[in-house]
Amino acid sequence: MTHEEKRAWIMLVVSVVAYASYAVVVLGRVDGGPLSAVPYAGALLWTVGGAIVANIAAEIAMGIANPRASRVKDVRDKEIGRLGEHVGQSFVVIGAVSAMLMALAEWDWFWIANVVYLCFVLSAVVGALTKVIAYRKGVPQW
Amino acid sequence: MVKPTRVTNNIRALRFAHHEMTQAELAERIGVTRQTVIAIEQGRYSPSLEIAFRIAHALGVRLDDVFQYPNPEETAP
Repeated sequence: MTHEEKRAWIMLVVSVVAYASYAVVVLGRVDGGPLSAVPYAGALLWTVGGAIVANIAAEIAMGIANPRASRVKDVRDKEIGRLGEHVGQSFVVIGAVSAMLMALAEWDWFWIANVVYLCFVLSAVVGALTKVIAYRKGVPQW
Repeated sequence: MVKPTRVTNNIRALRFAHHEMTQAELAERIGVTRQTVIAIEQGRYSPSLEIAFRIAHALGVRLDDVFQYPNPEETAP
């Protein structure tokens, strides 16, 4: 497994675990009232910050666990990286357009913040998943 | 549209014919990772023309001795 594939796996696992943690915390605060009344901002910011720190910590741990592993990045890694970013980028655009439309329709801030966050997470997850599949199954020819 | 590559290759056989060169040695000579050489050998990755030429040079053969692509006129029914 190349260094870049390991990084894609870390991104995939950390993103899924972080969002699942956020969902558990927020849904655990529902007490019969509307979901949009649940306090979410603190959990959202802590989850985003925690995911960034966990990603960095996991990459450092990977380097310590196997210091002799190659960190070479070649043309195939770059192609797969571009493919993953290209696929993941679409969810950032979907999130931005959704947030704009929801703001125009004067939706509750809870929903706007959560749709934007969900699309960021989907961007990371789908982008990382695309990279992992490309490493395992091959780079698609267009 | 995504489609599987139709490029085939003889890298594995040519490596053994060329002083039993390992995948790691070939990777080092052409400037890619060993995983990329494995992916090319298994047909999971079509290398750029530049990498293809480097592979041919490293193995001491011509490009079309390493890589083959079916001629559509020959394969058509």
